[in-house]
Amino acid sequence: MLRPRASRMQRAAVLVVTVLMWSSSHMAAAQGGTPTEASKQAGLAAWQQMYSVLTNPRCINCHTATDYPEQGDDRHRHLFNVVRGPGGKGVPGLNCATCHQGANADSTGVPGAYNWHLAPLSMRWQDGNDKILPSADICRSVSDQSKEGLDIVHHHQQEPLVLWAFEPGRRRDGTARARPPLTHEEFVSATRTWVEAGMPCPSNP
Amino acid sequence: MQTYKLTVNGQAKEVTVDPSTPLLWVLREELKMTGTKYGCGISACGACTVHLAGIATRSCVVPISLVGDRAIVTIEGIGEDRVGRAVQDAWISEDVVQCGYCQSGQIMSAVALLKSIAKPNDANVEASMGGNLCRCGTYVRIRKAIMTASQRLA
Repeated sequence: MLRPRASRMQRAAVLVVTVLMWSSSHMAAAQGGTPTEASKQAGLAAWQQMYSVLTNPRCINCHTATDYPEQGDDRHRHLFNVVRGPGGKGVPGLNCATCHQGANADSTGVPGAYNWHLAPLSMRWQDGNDKILPSADICRSVSDQSKEGLDIVHHHQQEPLVLWAFEPGRRRDGTARARPPLTHEEFVSATRTWVEAGMPCPSNP
Repeated sequence: MQTYKLTVNGQAKEVTVDPSTPLLWVLREELKMTGTKYGCGISACGACTVHLAGIATRSCVVPISLVGDRAIVTIEGIGEDRVGRAVQDAWISEDVVQCGYCQSGQIMSAVALLKSIAKPNDANVEASMGGNLCRCGTYVRIRKAIMTASQRLA
């Protein structure tokens, strides 16, 4: 009777230790500890997945460095003389909310989500000529802001405008807008992997 | 078809329409308030501008299903507002209008501007009014009227 009980206790102890080791390694990495080479490589791979989403038109069209947002898969300048405005929400009389409502208006082709606005210039992912910044540059920007308090996993998981990118609605002609290359679940998973790996960034080419 | 309760210029209204119907057509066809104009239908010209919860809004692209309980103010009601009255008076005294088709939208955008920026400069006017087109080219008089209204409201 004693041996099975001891065996069960041993197995339970091994399980507890394994869980603690896994948790501590992930927490250490997430808190700035030294990630292993393997986790760093996994983090870099995850970052490239994130980069493919962040630079997709559904995301980057509102992460400009210029005084205007962009539109469409060709990232053309937003029509109708729309400008950034002091808070990234346009100007009085021509706010983002002048057209963009709290949800997609598929019958009129206008995309929408709660609090439609441009990303702040601190989160620009293009240069002043609308050229997409290299992976390393955007990575450092996101990493720096995460270290300054931005909860990037939460942002990618919950922010309504991020969620919109994966449900971008239909154009006026009824065709669906193209979505980012990952599903939202894959995007959040990649973000979590990158954070847990210590937010590694590629080197500049 | 669905029934919606709206507040238009302070009055309760009820309409039964398809949820995808743009607010513009609810105003014009259901409520017979034809002061708000159809110009382009794609929010490119600003002729259909109304205020939705105080925000200048292109009514041609907002389905009625997304209006919710936000108060709607149109050109028919903007004169009840102090700023709206001042803008309309300035429009008359500066003789802004030529054909007039775009002017209800111009006035709605101008009121939104002056409610946010009491003393706008030329750059403010250009940015805020940049989405309202006028084929008659009354832009110079529009700017002057906005400045006149601003001075009178000070």
